Amino acid sequence: MNRVIAVFTKESFLVPAVAIILGLLTGAIAMLAGGFNPVDAYMALIKKVFGSAYNFGETIRQITPLIFTGLAVAFAFRTGLFNIGAEGQFIVGMIASTVVGVSFDLPAIIHAPLAILAGAVAGGLWGAIAGYLKAARGVNEVITSIMLNWVALYLANWVMNAFFIPAGKQTSEEVKDSAIITIGWLAEMFDNARLHWGTLIAVLAAIFFYILLWKTKSGFELRSVGLNPHASEYAGMNVNRNIVKAMFFGGMFAGIGGATEILGVFHYQAIMTQHTGYGFDGIAVALIGGNTPFGVILAAILFGVLTFGASGMQFSAGVPFELIRVVIASVIFFVAAHGIVKIFVKPILKKKKEGGN
Amino acid sequence: MKKVLSVLSVATLSLSLVLAGCGSKPEAQPQGQTGSNGGAPAAKAIKVGMVTDVGGVNDNSFNQSAWEGLQKLQTDLNLPKENVNYLQSKSDADYVPNLTQFVKDGWDLTWGIGFLMGDHLKKVADENKNAKLAIIDAEVDAPNVASVLFKEHEGSFLAGVVAAKMTKTKKVGFVGGVDIPVIKRFDLGFEAGVKAVDPSIQVIKVYTGAFDKPDMGKSTASSMYGQGVDIIFHASGGTGDGVFNEAKDRKAKGENVWVIGVDKDQSLTFGDEITLTSMVKRVDEAVIRVAKDLSEGKFQGGVQWLGLAENGVGLADTSTKNVPEDVLKLVEEYKQKIVKGEITVPDK
Repeated sequence: MNRVIAVFTKESFLVPAVAIILGLLTGAIAMLAGGFNPVDAYMALIKKVFGSAYNFGETIRQITPLIFTGLAVAFAFRTGLFNIGAEGQFIVGMIASTVVGVSFDLPAIIHAPLAILAGAVAGGLWGAIAGYLKAARGVNEVITSIMLNWVALYLANWVMNAFFIPAGKQTSEEVKDSAIITIGWLAEMFDNARLHWGTLIAVLAAIFFYILLWKTKSGFELRSVGLNPHASEYAGMNVNRNIVKAMFFGGMFAGIGGATEILGVFHYQAIMTQHTGYGFDGIAVALIGGNTPFGVILAAILFGVLTFGASGMQFSAGVPFELIRVVIASVIFFVAAHGIVKIFVKPILKKKKEGGN
Repeated sequence: MKKVLSVLSVATLSLSLVLAGCGSKPEAQPQGQTGSNGGAPAAKAIKVGMVTDVGGVNDNSFNQSAWEGLQKLQTDLNLPKENVNYLQSKSDADYVPNLTQFVKDGWDLTWGIGFLMGDHLKKVADENKNAKLAIIDAEVDAPNVASVLFKEHEGSFLAGVVAAKMTKTKKVGFVGGVDIPVIKRFDLGFEAGVKAVDPSIQVIKVYTGAFDKPDMGKSTASSMYGQGVDIIFHASGGTGDGVFNEAKDRKAKGENVWVIGVDKDQSLTFGDEITLTSMVKRVDEAVIRVAKDLSEGKFQGGVQWLGLAENGVGLADTSTKNVPEDVLKLVEEYKQKIVKGEITVPDK
């Protein structure tokens, strides 16, 4: 029990918490200036998320992919890589799961896991491309993964248009029932909200993330490369292989996210005119979550609640959608600029120390 | 302490910047009771909501047009201000929850704006059989959904006639958003109109694949004008803003280029100097029409097509500024032929 409390008073928890509060305050001031009542707006947000079973279920639906992309970014970050390509890896995961979901006819017990596995491998390989280019040619992974995001987007549209979309439509055929991972009884309980097994898989993925990085030898290597590649190399680790590996696992998380989005939420893939945004939000989620699996889940919940609740603010309090983005942006800003936040936190910590003695 | 102060001052500074940006927002909401209907009681104080696609209500295009329609409806029927509202969608995933929000809240009519929402609206309609929904640009097969589609090809045909008569280079361009049936109708109608006047004129077509990428619109327009095209008809929502932008730049350099606007009278937004005419799609009228039917208890599901005959599409009234009399006369002739069925404009 003491350990749990220790976690919550630690700076690593306090700083994001204060950053979030500062972000919400900044948003409130922006709303005041725009002539909106921030208290009403935040109440509307909370009411939207927790007010009905349907909306609560949909909030969980919104949170799930953010956990995956958050893990994707955080994992690579642990090896010292900045994976901006989670978006592309997510999309490639969508493609792979749609292909498997539509093309094959298998018993459900095999079909759904196979479709998810396909998404995982596709996302992983997509991430590994950027990893390989970094390892073999020293190309900055930020550049390549951003470019691969666009390649993935247009590849998705091409694959769908060429093979899976009936003439005159802009969505692919539906994946076979056996590949669908929507939880029917749970969805019914939540008034037809689109709940699916992906949420459980996301939590399992976070546990996997933790065990792999902190409880295995190869995880130790990955983290070691992230902390100091030169020392790691001197110690006899293969830095390049670890870079590719980190990007593969990162991409894999994002890929599973894409797959569960198709198999659990949409059941088909649409022509996309823009990125899904989950991959980019994943960067912020990883950042707020301090690149730890538990932190990522909490940050994804925060992000999901904010983005889903935003429509409540728009609906009941009349706050324009742009303003909620100001709130979210300020939260990210204060987390990123934790130097500023520490100024606010320091007095609290000091007092604690004095009181504790 | 100094540090705290400096941080605070930076914070206030950046805040005031943010604030300056949103100061003017509230006026955007129209005042409900200003409508001068005297005391005429509304048939029934209906509540009508709409869900935009990712374009949002300031897209200078059909989302905006629909929202203007709802605002006009509110004044016309003397409804309280909160009886019309919209929800903007951030991504595909938002369509269903946004539509559901209105439905579950007991709104009398919920609009989905745009072809992209078709499947999602169908799902919501099936799950809520008692709710009434309506959609623009898509056919949704459900008894509680009114689907309103436009014969864009007929209006675009007229735009094509204007372009064919006005081009000096014998090359005209078409910039489409996403390659979907609706946009295809613009494309084919426009081409048919051009060819009807002069089959030797070349029509160059590009689909940008997006409705919300002005940068792509600009670069596409740039390469088209570079190839000698002097008139571009766009049907690409916000992407088209870039087409206008490029035309403006070139006009400033003395090049004689034009854009034909879409959905709304875009000369009002982008100016007469570059807007030759606009192919107007009366989304606002459609929104009002269906909602009024509802308030009079005449709402019914099913598909309705609005074309030239129904005044659902057509060229903007301001066309007279840049298009000579004789061309407009020709346009009118073609219009009559289409209305009478002497010309059938291809749509597929």
